[in-house]
Amino acid sequence: MSLARAIETGDLAQLPSRREEDWHWTDLRGLIRALPALSTPIEGELAPGPFDALADRVVVIGNGRGPAESAGDGVTALRIVGRGEGAHAADHAIAVAPGASLVLLESHEGEGGHLAELDLAIRLGEGARLERVVLADEDAAAVVVSRAEVTLSPGSQFAQTVIASGARRERLEARIAHPGGGASARLDGLYVLEGQRHADITTVVTHAGMDGATEQLTKGVVRDQARGVFQGRIVVQPGADKTDARMGHHALILSERAEVDAKPELEIFADDVACAHGNTVGALDENALFYAEQRGIPEAEARALLTEAFLGEVVDRIEHEGAREVVRAWVAERLRGPRDEPVSGGRA
Amino acid sequence: MLSIKNLSASVDGKPILGGLSLELPAGEVHAIMGPNGAGKSTLSYVLTGREGYAATGGEVRLDGEDLLALNPAERATKGVFLSFQYPIEIPGVPAMTFLRTALNAHRKARGQAEMKAPEFLKLVGGKAAALRIDREMLRRALNVGFSGGEKKRMEILQMAVLEPRLAILDETDSGLDIDALRIVAEGVNAMRSADRSMLVITHYQRLLDYIRPDRVHVLAGGRIVASGGPELAHELEREGYDKYGAQAA
Repeated sequence: MSLARAIETGDLAQLPSRREEDWHWTDLRGLIRALPALSTPIEGELAPGPFDALADRVVVIGNGRGPAESAGDGVTALRIVGRGEGAHAADHAIAVAPGASLVLLESHEGEGGHLAELDLAIRLGEGARLERVVLADEDAAAVVVSRAEVTLSPGSQFAQTVIASGARRERLEARIAHPGGGASARLDGLYVLEGQRHADITTVVTHAGMDGATEQLTKGVVRDQARGVFQGRIVVQPGADKTDARMGHHALILSERAEVDAKPELEIFADDVACAHGNTVGALDENALFYAEQRGIPEAEARALLTEAFLGEVVDRIEHEGAREVVRAWVAERLRGPRDEPVSGGRA
Repeated sequence: MLSIKNLSASVDGKPILGGLSLELPAGEVHAIMGPNGAGKSTLSYVLTGREGYAATGGEVRLDGEDLLALNPAERATKGVFLSFQYPIEIPGVPAMTFLRTALNAHRKARGQAEMKAPEFLKLVGGKAAALRIDREMLRRALNVGFSGGEKKRMEILQMAVLEPRLAILDETDSGLDIDALRIVAEGVNAMRSADRSMLVITHYQRLLDYIRPDRVHVLAGGRIVASGGPELAHELEREGYDKYGAQAA
């Protein structure tokens, strides 16, 4: 069951529901009462995307329409653009050849309360490298699902950083088939949510062979009545000995009515593995806040400074320098800039 | 400059300060000494407006202005600086960034333009060198992994950059060896001036060999129970606080 299937068939029963464990906190079946008409093509020119200037090529998928695949080397700006109130879904495939290297800078640029799914199929050949940065800037009224199926080969290196500001419902999911054999995966996430926005970052890594490494760090900040969801599952199958897997999720809740749900899971069926996970959810450090205020920094600015520093650890791990600075500026703007929607709840 | 009249304060509903009065004229350095639990740190937090340390009576004026009516950041930009007994670690914020943000907050409050990075680097460079703080330390996250001495030197650097009207030094000598103490004291002494006052809070007389106060006050039982010249500190060192403890009770 998937949103894409529901859009294709027009059958609401195909929507993922809370009865599926993975969708417990992002229940689309309970949310969507009727499917809108299919989206029409986007008219007119698009303004430049956030990563265009850094890329060798710009690939646009607008309201579900665009190329079915793109190249597996250099730097690609992949723009997933949604406009209007319709429904659309798209598939896109990328293969990185053995020994090749790709930087995939993906931007989700949504305006309007549409319903959309994107399914990416990514393959890395032996010794291939891919860094994927996903900057998901969606409309507060949209319901969007992005799923990536990533297949690694021995010796390949995959790194991704997913940055989310949420939507009415936003699900960013990655499933990694990890063969071991010296391959490594880094799966980072960052969410900054306000108003009534919802973001769900879900990852599943399946280690099927010996000598694989996975490292995850997700950090989030929620305020108003926003809700952040983090689900991270690492499965170490029988025989995937000497797997090294680490997962961390840390969130700040900045107002009483905001919520964070986290489910880190390690399922280990192999021997001699090094696996660890850490999960913390808390408030800003009041001592640090007072210290900054005592130095003359007004409370709101002090909160932004400390929050930005908290999230900075994830931003700093982005390897592509240009993308890292785009993300850093985007986060700073999100924390300090004008807020895009009226807020009905209290704000700490 | 600083005028405290009949100040009372409670922490968690428990009265800590009761009827504390103190006049600190411009340009003077006064020491506040007292036994543990006398309310020394509470006084520093009440003056700077820390949450949970609200005044329950009396008044505090800085240059005639009601300090208790202002929030912590406003008090800071009016010129109140606290050198913390235990400086707080700020993960993810380089010392340099923190310092520049603080300075620019002060400048904004005074209606001045922000100071740009090159000018700021020049300003901090000279002051940091005097405190033996190198570039590497300024690039690190503020106070994270700093030794006790490094933290205290960083406090004094912040003071030197922000140039407060009133500096409150809370147990600045705690955790310092003699060399670190000398560097810190030199930094403080370099900042003594006719339009700056300092309140030096300390349990031991040792610090006052390096930062010579104009007046010494004994804080016991939540109020000032004795005042005198620098010789009072030596008397306390010899005789301890016992007689004031009895007087306060």
